[in-house]
Amino acid sequence: MSARAGVSRRRFLTTSAGLVIGFTVLPKERLLALQQPGAAPALPPPNAFLRIGEDDTVTVILAHSEMGQGIWTTLPMMVAEELECDWSKIRVEAAPAAPVYAHPAYGMQMTGGSSTTWSELDRYRQVGAMAREMLIAAAAAQWKVDPSACRAENGFVTSGSHKASYGSLAKAAQARKPPASVKLKDRKDWKILGKPTKRLDSPEKVTGKAQFGIDVREPGMKVALVARAPAFGGKVKSFRAEKAKAMPGVRAVVEVPSGVAVVADHFWAAKVGREALEIDWDLGPGASLDSVKMRADYRALAATEGLQAAAAGDVASALASAKTRVDAEYEFPFLAHAMMEPLNCSARLGPDSVEIWAGTQFQTGDQMAAAKIAGVKPEQVTLHTSFLGGGFGRRANPNSDFVSEAVHVAKAAGVPVKVVWTREDDMHGGYYRPMWAHKLSVGLGADGAPVAWKQTIVGQSIMDGTPFAMMIKDGIDEASVEGVADSVYVAATPHHWVGLHSPRSAVPVLWWRSVGHTHTGYVMETMVDALAHAAGQDPLAYRRQLLKASPRHLGALELAAAKAGWGSPLPAGRLRGLAVHASFGSYVAQVAEVSVENGRIRVHRVVCAIDCGICVNPAGVAAQIESAIVYGLSAALYGEVTLKDGRVQQSNFDDYEVLRLDAMPKVEVHIVSSGEKSGGVGEPGVPPIAPAVANAVFAATGQRLRRLPLKLA
Amino acid sequence: MKLKINGTVRDVEAPQDMPLLWVLRDLLGMTGTKYGCGVAQCGACTVHIDGEAVRSCSTNVSEVKGRAVTTIEGLSTGGSLHPVQRAWIEADVVQCGYCQPGQIMAAAALIRIKPKPSDGDIDEALSGNLCRCGTYQRIREAVHHAAAIAAPGAKS
Repeated sequence: MSARAGVSRRRFLTTSAGLVIGFTVLPKERLLALQQPGAAPALPPPNAFLRIGEDDTVTVILAHSEMGQGIWTTLPMMVAEELECDWSKIRVEAAPAAPVYAHPAYGMQMTGGSSTTWSELDRYRQVGAMAREMLIAAAAAQWKVDPSACRAENGFVTSGSHKASYGSLAKAAQARKPPASVKLKDRKDWKILGKPTKRLDSPEKVTGKAQFGIDVREPGMKVALVARAPAFGGKVKSFRAEKAKAMPGVRAVVEVPSGVAVVADHFWAAKVGREALEIDWDLGPGASLDSVKMRADYRALAATEGLQAAAAGDVASALASAKTRVDAEYEFPFLAHAMMEPLNCSARLGPDSVEIWAGTQFQTGDQMAAAKIAGVKPEQVTLHTSFLGGGFGRRANPNSDFVSEAVHVAKAAGVPVKVVWTREDDMHGGYYRPMWAHKLSVGLGADGAPVAWKQTIVGQSIMDGTPFAMMIKDGIDEASVEGVADSVYVAATPHHWVGLHSPRSAVPVLWWRSVGHTHTGYVMETMVDALAHAAGQDPLAYRRQLLKASPRHLGALELAAAKAGWGSPLPAGRLRGLAVHASFGSYVAQVAEVSVENGRIRVHRVVCAIDCGICVNPAGVAAQIESAIVYGLSAALYGEVTLKDGRVQQSNFDDYEVLRLDAMPKVEVHIVSSGEKSGGVGEPGVPPIAPAVANAVFAATGQRLRRLPLKLA
Repeated sequence: MKLKINGTVRDVEAPQDMPLLWVLRDLLGMTGTKYGCGVAQCGACTVHIDGEAVRSCSTNVSEVKGRAVTTIEGLSTGGSLHPVQRAWIEADVVQCGYCQPGQIMAAAALIRIKPKPSDGDIDEALSGNLCRCGTYQRIREAVHHAAAIAAPGAKS
């Protein structure tokens, strides 16, 4: 129940670095306590999150995965703020999979939902404060002074003429009881938090030393490639492996639930071997999938009401009597995450153990999946989280596809294996952002403001069929309607109705950076632009009216507009568009400057303002917004996965294009000064960019583009 | 066959048509050079061959016999980081970091040929190197910075 329960189980580890505080595995009771609403907040066991070496190094253990978003720096900042240590002595390690590292808000060890910083702001500061108090207590006892006469600063405890480094106190400090409570600093006294801080992982990442999952090499480990069904849901009927086995370097060919694995000495041998496999597939119903037909089906569904996700007043009558009415239909394609590091996972099975190496966003789920396949208990699965070469949601799979498969291959082959997906495998592997269709009818009153808003959304549920399905309420997967059902525009419209259809298909779908907001943000912000046009008003002035009661939207909007010089002249052929959207607890506005030359959309400059509440690392926020803009622009300008006869038609970066350096706009990021609760940062920068660009395209061409990716007529 | 990698002669046994990328990664254990696409579309596997930026995923190992191969592991010499690596750290470029060895090798080859590259030069030299984290703006900035650091007479 308390930190003490955890501490009683701690053990000490002696390492070459000196005596350090070892891991504590939190008892189950505390995990349950964490999940019980109203349970008294318990302090974390500091030794699970922090080690102080006799050489003064301070090692922060990360409960979350570093996938580019910068938490390798942000979480240590939280510890250091309270610990009062020397920043140059900070080291960082990825945590193993264990209940103590459960997400403070989600109760499972995972990284997603733009939640690491806000969810850990208390825990990692508490860890730093507890360790500081333990160091002070140890020093006070040694010097026979009162702890209140001691001061912790820059890696030393001092009192009068006494001075001792944290490293010299570490051994004595770890023998002390952790304090039952700690007082965290007032925000005005922060020295590290809130200050732009450079990344701690740069040195290893610029020298090629950083280890990603794909870089794992263990004794006796082979490399495997898996031949998977050409259509989703397909199964192996029969296969002939003679030719594959005859290829130099191929060691084994084994069947696994997802297909046929070729196990070889190295990637190249496995690839050549896989090409020599002869497999007869039972393609299953997925073989008839056709995204053109799916689009038509979605359009037809969108014309019917669906399940109610939000409603007020009498939308039908209000629409009928509205002064002006704007109707629109939208279509969004499947999108691949296309992380730079293709999927991969390494696994080694022992008699009563499994060892996994993976760049994963979902340790708890992967650990459980591996345990089930290997027939061991979850705690017998050791999971090493490496750096992730991009995640964007693809590496947080409730079905643990790439981890489960590696365990299956290792089990069937009887050797440790690293399963590597080729780029083509990764592109064909499903778990896409779902296809979506929207149909809207909005009626405007005499003042131009919406009086009736009717919207139907069509697309696959991400939660459906996963352990998260319990979060679907009355048939509504919140991730399908977020950004619409909770839209301030919709809420401010007296008569509204939002409906949802969640058709199923054989195509596996998943969260993709900013999830439902990838499509809803686009629909809402291009629709509002169209409404402004219908009302004969400037897009900024129109939004100001609609957002009167939404100060944080408005704050971001005003800052972005001012910094972008909204309304000021631009070079000939260049036009502006804007968008503002709230997601993951943050409010983001963007103004895009766009030109259209020979039918090609070029984005020259993007000015962004974000209100993410209390900002922990402004340098990290700026980097994440730049990142989100590029990620969103790639999807807006090029992103589309299509299927024909069940086959995914894109394979690699030549036919699934993403933004390249020569198309990179100049991006400026401005942070709204805010004392509100910290919000997310990794995802909220994505939703506004596509509509900001599309609204600029409308200003430039008069074309209102409602099908993604953006293609001019 | 004998390969000259980062100034050292290495003896490897590999099929003639095996891409240099996999020889480096899987036979020699030099994993700093990354696999991203396998078809010279993303640049993650960029190395130098006789000083020129080359995609190692699409270069057969037999083609590099007798030529000098430099990888990210060998870019720095004499115990201090290469100006491009230093500039990358100072400009806080990296995010996930997976594409960065390739970006850095491409940038290092560029400033060797063009000590003062323009934005256009940078676009041309690095647009073959994809980054899904979107670090492009900082890459541009860091290449200019690296050129300044590397310039003769610059304070090191």
